[in-house]
Amino acid sequence: MDEARISRRGLSPRLWLAGGWLLIALLAAIFAPLIAPQDPLAQDLMLERLPPFWLDGAEPGYWLGTDSLGRDLLSRLIFGGRIAFIVAFAAATSACLIGSALGLIAGYFGGWADRIISRIVDVWMAFPPVLFAILLVAVLGTGLSSVIIAIAVIDWTRFCRVIRAEAMSQARMDYVESARIAGYGRIGIMLREVLPNVLPSVVALLSLEMGIAVIVEAILSFVNLSISTDDPTWGGIIAEGRLSIHQAWWVLVFPLITLILTVLSFSQFGEGLKARFDPVLR
Amino acid sequence: MSPCLEIRRLSAVLPDGQRVLRSISLNVQPGEVRALVGESGAGKTMIGKAVLGVLPKSVRIVEGEMLIEGEDLGRLDAKARRALIGARTALIPQDPLTALNPSRRIGPQTTDRLVRILGWSGERADKRIRQLLDEVHIRDPERVLRSYPHELSGGMRQRVLIAAAFAAEPRLIVADEPTTALDVTVQKQILRLIAELQRDHGTAILFVTHDLGVVAKISQKVSVLYAGKVVEEAETADLFAAPQHPYTRALIAATPRYTDPYASLKPVDETVLAGLTAEIAAADKAWRPSHD
Repeated sequence: MDEARISRRGLSPRLWLAGGWLLIALLAAIFAPLIAPQDPLAQDLMLERLPPFWLDGAEPGYWLGTDSLGRDLLSRLIFGGRIAFIVAFAAATSACLIGSALGLIAGYFGGWADRIISRIVDVWMAFPPVLFAILLVAVLGTGLSSVIIAIAVIDWTRFCRVIRAEAMSQARMDYVESARIAGYGRIGIMLREVLPNVLPSVVALLSLEMGIAVIVEAILSFVNLSISTDDPTWGGIIAEGRLSIHQAWWVLVFPLITLILTVLSFSQFGEGLKARFDPVLR
Repeated sequence: MSPCLEIRRLSAVLPDGQRVLRSISLNVQPGEVRALVGESGAGKTMIGKAVLGVLPKSVRIVEGEMLIEGEDLGRLDAKARRALIGARTALIPQDPLTALNPSRRIGPQTTDRLVRILGWSGERADKRIRQLLDEVHIRDPERVLRSYPHELSGGMRQRVLIAAAFAAEPRLIVADEPTTALDVTVQKQILRLIAELQRDHGTAILFVTHDLGVVAKISQKVSVLYAGKVVEEAETADLFAAPQHPYTRALIAATPRYTDPYASLKPVDETVLAGLTAEIAAADKAWRPSHD
């Protein structure tokens, strides 16, 4: 019992690894102009398709090589991280706020509120999410804010469904009934008794959703619907790398690794946080 | 002096029209322990929930009155009713595992009600809770107040809940099978504790249980329920000495006895149940909600 509690309270390796990668990536993104070895937009046809540093023909200062226009891959990845993180935080937080609020109301109040919100969620989820995103961006026009809005508008249902179910099971607990007998108002009970108990799930989902937002942003920039083509985005780099896979595999592989590590870290970080903050680990 | 709780001809139905409470009448005098005993599904918990105003949405009260210290709950609007119930009643719940909010520490969780509902100062509420924790024989209130519920044992949690229930000096406590979820050894302590606090504070208790042994230990009066109907009502001593209704007799006979653990275990007789079922069916046929 004590051992179990210590390992739960202490930082697990999972939390360390995931949090470590996210911290490195985040810091790199924030201080991109200081860290990036080259200008991410500078083209130099003399330096096109340089391999990464351990292969023959690499140039010092171009650690991960260059793409077909001679732009430094590492610098582009670092600057691409800026967009990835902005989208991850802004889109996931908006989706979380909308979805959790509606889910909490539906789950706790039940009745008509639940029926209406649940039907909207059903209808929403009938749309294929990526197509929905592409459609939305096409309507809103490309740009950072459109991408963020599109992701929030599509993915709030993820929060809504989970939080609704959690709130429902919490609302049936005896402590909620005791609070009603004591004479608390319904909204007070929802915020003071139910909300803290669904919060661990909200945190886990929020982190997971950040990973998903990174993927969706990558998908949108892969199909050139994110932000202007000049700015480096991970999805955009992947799209370019795909074209030159036979001549310069690194242009495809490094952004893929970055993307996978980031998304995986977000989901593992969320799970780790949930385990840490959930008082009973339901 | 008006009774602490008076229930007159209370009937409740499910959406399909089936009656779950059948013209229940009972009262609890100030400072008295009234046991409600019956099998699972007899409606004993339902009565408790009705008094506390937390019936499930599907159950609808169709007739009858409930009075707390002479005030008719049916005549109050929802807000006044909540305030009255909140100020004068408390619940000792069945399952101490789910009756405490897992994400709040015991301290704030138990004083919150005194502060928010009764308008006490934080200091006064804190002092009061400590006093009650002492009364339920919790030796290290400091640690308990700082704990989360999952850090305490089941018996500890039930003590905390009993302390919290008595803290606000309610006139009536509904104890809904408060010992059922506990170990047998802990059950006895908890029962003694409730009896002790009840005597010291003079609180009336509506004690819901299926255990006749518990009834004998704690209550002065008993109502025996079957299928949402009171089949017999008596002083506890009289009930055990001379049970009137065949169902009560069968129920007492079905209770295991320490002295003779194997021989006396008898299920309730089929003919008794058949008689009861017929009686209830006849009553249902004749029954019309009084104010429909």
